[in-house]
Amino acid sequence: MVRNTNRHFKFDWITIILFFLLVGFGWLNILSASHTGVTVDYFDFSQPFGKQLVFIFLTFGLVILLLAVDAKFYERFSSVIYIISMLSLVGLFIFGKNVNGATSWYGIGGMTIQPSEFAKTATALAVAKYVSDLNTNINTLKDQIQTFIIIIIPAILVLLQNDTGSTIVYGAFFFVLYREGLPKYYLTIGISILILSILSLKFGALVATITALIFVIAFHFLSKNKLRIFQSVFILIAAIAVSFGVKFFYQSILQPHQQDRISLWLRLEKDPEKLEQMKRTFAYNLNESEKAISSGGLTGRGFMEGTRTTGKFVPEQHTDYIFSTVGEEWGFVGSALVVILFVLLLLRILHLAELQKSQFSRVYGYGVASIIFIHFFINIGMVMGLIPTIGIPLPMFSYGGSGLWAFTILIFIFVKLDSNKINEW
Amino acid sequence: MRQFLLFITIIAVGLLFIARLFYLQIYNSSGHNLYEDNAIRKVYDYPKRGFVYDRNGELLVANQPSYDVMVIPREVEPLDTLEFCELLKIDKSQFIKKYEKARHYSPRLPSVFVSHLSKEDYAVLQEKMRKFHGFYIQKRSLRDYETTIGANVLGDIGEVNHSDIRRDPYYKMGDLKGKQGVEASYEKTLRGVKGIKFIQKDRFNKNIGPYKGGKFDTIPEQGKDITITIDAQLQAYGELLMQNKRGGIIAIEPATGEILSMVAAPTYDPNLLVGRDRSKNFTKLYNDSIAKPLFNRSLQGVYEPGSPFKLMNALIALQEDVITPEETVTCYAGYKYGNRFMKCHCHRGTRNDMVGGIQRSCNAYFANTYRKILDKTGNASKGIDTWSKHAQSFGLGNFLNNDLYVGQKGRIPDRAYYKNIYPNTFYSTYTLSNAIGQGEVATTPIQLANMAAAIANRGYYFTPHIIKNIEGETLPEQFTQPKYTTIDRENFEPVIEGMLQVYKKGTAASLQIKDIDICGKTGTVENFVKIDSVKTQLTDHSIFLAFAPKNNPKIAIAVFVENGYWGSRFAGRIASLMIEKHIKGHTTRKDMEDWLLRHTLENEYAKPFSGESFGINGYTTLQVVEEQEYYRLKKELNRINKAES
Repeated sequence: MVRNTNRHFKFDWITIILFFLLVGFGWLNILSASHTGVTVDYFDFSQPFGKQLVFIFLTFGLVILLLAVDAKFYERFSSVIYIISMLSLVGLFIFGKNVNGATSWYGIGGMTIQPSEFAKTATALAVAKYVSDLNTNINTLKDQIQTFIIIIIPAILVLLQNDTGSTIVYGAFFFVLYREGLPKYYLTIGISILILSILSLKFGALVATITALIFVIAFHFLSKNKLRIFQSVFILIAAIAVSFGVKFFYQSILQPHQQDRISLWLRLEKDPEKLEQMKRTFAYNLNESEKAISSGGLTGRGFMEGTRTTGKFVPEQHTDYIFSTVGEEWGFVGSALVVILFVLLLLRILHLAELQKSQFSRVYGYGVASIIFIHFFINIGMVMGLIPTIGIPLPMFSYGGSGLWAFTILIFIFVKLDSNKINEW
Repeated sequence: MRQFLLFITIIAVGLLFIARLFYLQIYNSSGHNLYEDNAIRKVYDYPKRGFVYDRNGELLVANQPSYDVMVIPREVEPLDTLEFCELLKIDKSQFIKKYEKARHYSPRLPSVFVSHLSKEDYAVLQEKMRKFHGFYIQKRSLRDYETTIGANVLGDIGEVNHSDIRRDPYYKMGDLKGKQGVEASYEKTLRGVKGIKFIQKDRFNKNIGPYKGGKFDTIPEQGKDITITIDAQLQAYGELLMQNKRGGIIAIEPATGEILSMVAAPTYDPNLLVGRDRSKNFTKLYNDSIAKPLFNRSLQGVYEPGSPFKLMNALIALQEDVITPEETVTCYAGYKYGNRFMKCHCHRGTRNDMVGGIQRSCNAYFANTYRKILDKTGNASKGIDTWSKHAQSFGLGNFLNNDLYVGQKGRIPDRAYYKNIYPNTFYSTYTLSNAIGQGEVATTPIQLANMAAAIANRGYYFTPHIIKNIEGETLPEQFTQPKYTTIDRENFEPVIEGMLQVYKKGTAASLQIKDIDICGKTGTVENFVKIDSVKTQLTDHSIFLAFAPKNNPKIAIAVFVENGYWGSRFAGRIASLMIEKHIKGHTTRKDMEDWLLRHTLENEYAKPFSGESFGINGYTTLQVVEEQEYYRLKKELNRINKAES
């Protein structure tokens, strides 16, 4: 193997360039969404766009630091990093600051830090470490459970802080484990439950049950690898349980605002008067966001020209709803470009992950891609009304120091690991 | 395969997002329309609405400021409601009701709290307004009528409704628009064009600043003043004479087609439809389904024209060369055709030539004439089409296509019209009623007046119109180009001679005016209504059609008085006075004026609703108005006379 003599260019510049393109474009949109006056002072640090500019500058320092650290450090200290991260989550219950109903922040001086953002990276490292261990076989139930525990701890901790969005992000690890050999029936079961749940909520538990019955019977008689009769019956009973259980879960366990969001998403409400009322209350954000996006047209209304953005019609537009600014001011062209940039970044990371020689790097790379993908999917899907409202930021785009730095760390650890693949043997 | 799951999911989600973006931004885009963008507040700057003057430059309609008290419920602070209610002249329960209504509409947006404050209330309130947070006064412009006459001519303005907005997006909720009369037909001229300011607002509806520095803002274009052809004094005089009667007067200047006066009775004071009581008063007028004050009888009233239509038959007969003016017809106190008989009040054995026929309004003469017209070629079907074509060339049987807001076509039948009743055979006797202006013939007073104008001009007319002058504009050609009838000039003279004789020694001999040669024709029209599904005859309508002077005519007039009995009784008197008033500027026959003011036809109008049997025509007594009413009218007359001198 020929050693790469030019140390400076062994980093994957495509990933780095895509990352900074997204960060830069994101900042322009934060500027648009948060400026207040006619004249804009770009260095007004009391405003979100000014603060974000500082965060971005500090990011450069962070990147250099991350790339300077020896690649082995991340693998060796992954457990320590994980434990520290979990402790920081636990600490929130004692020292945490409550913002918008979620106890997810530490207040230090004038700054706030959100440890749950960093916990994703720590979990990705820990999962990579555990799965890549020579003694681990993901096909065994014991290892499946242990991996599951690593993932579920932070998920439960953030759920207890009332941050449902971040909890769902941990579902991303399914992709990682599946890649590493998790049995196929997990995928089948997962998809089946999802479809049954939607059918049950939208059309009623009975329709869901009948659908399940038809599928099971068809599978029983048509499939080559025949199931025994009691297996089919068991599957059917499980399906019925899910169909009715979801209804119960929706009505009795979910909080009212969560019910509203699901009802809005599945268009369960038909009464036009109630729909109008919804548009004024919990559906207000989504309604305004869709209107902003759709008023953009093909080419958008121009940078800082969006009337809905300027008028701050979409609440939280510089954070979770930043994509609606892109939609209004940059139109279809700009929005599609952002989607394409994200897809390219994700595919690039996946591609690099597949090229890794060490399993740790590969698993971690998969984790990076999966976590960013879930954010991308949920955030943009929510802003465009494709999935129920779940409050998580758009990576690299949304305002916020913790988020930006957490994704910087997540991605640049992988960039560093990737740059080191040549030395793996 | 395992490494492709995420790979494929990412690409699928990317495509899904782009498809959704395409749907939202291109397929279903709400686009860039500034007017529909609810992030932009549109503030309108209303121009002054144009004034309306009469033909002598007398100001009829101007503007007056009106003040609305507005409220923004969210900004209201505890206040001295007792004092506030006293200032606004409302009580506390009304205050609470109005406040709740406004709050229910929107706590953030302004609502009208009390509308149309008087100037006096405004003056007092303005001083104390600073004490009442969340309330403010908004100025609006309303019409200010300088007169109490001409409601049916001038019309009124009111708030636009949903269908107005749908038809013309220029109008926004709360805008004012001409609803009737001149206000409606010259709406665009009078209103001008409102200016607009675009203001960027935030989601709390607060103004942030002008959108793009006010680049798209426009300034308002002032409404133009107009002068109408109406002579306010003549109009007032006509309206006075028509009080306590129903019907219409239309006076036209034959040389121009200008409408000198257009009276519809009963009418109302235009000031009723201004300000705070507008909707209350409008409902009252609208719901009066018996007197129908909003129904413009001079334009919309379709009546059988009666005897004045004999003039038309005479003209057609001369044009078609089926009679000569000298030819006589012997009247046997009527006209016998087949086994039917049309009565006439000529003495048995009277020999009428054309002048005599018109002068005595001889039914037999015109029945004869009508049959000659229709039977000219031996084919009555062809004959009636020719007849119809001639009559229509006078503007009868169709819309006049003028600048009045309402109108009716009337009816001049032709063969096609009778196709259903007489599918096969068709003889001239079938439609003999048309000979004397009854039967299927129907006209509006303005069409009759126009016919008089065409006779006065000996063969042409100008489309009757109400507009005399618009600031800085010329009148459209449709009003300045003469329309020629199909009757030759020389054929008018015998008819006009007959009309002159009507005054000299005929049916209107009692209505002569010294040193004015009036040409006219009386009309007495039988009419029927259904009372409890029984066809019942009412007292005849009184009709008069005239122009004067004979040479170089100054005025052509049609007067229609419902149930006024014979033609010269009401309509003839009114026409005669109107002619004198217009030509001399004053009237000499005070006794005739007095007679008209003193008599009312209200008892006639009450008959069909009385539920009792009643007599008509000769079996009626003429009702006299009460003293108080008489003095009121008398005072009004003095006022008009004073204004004239």
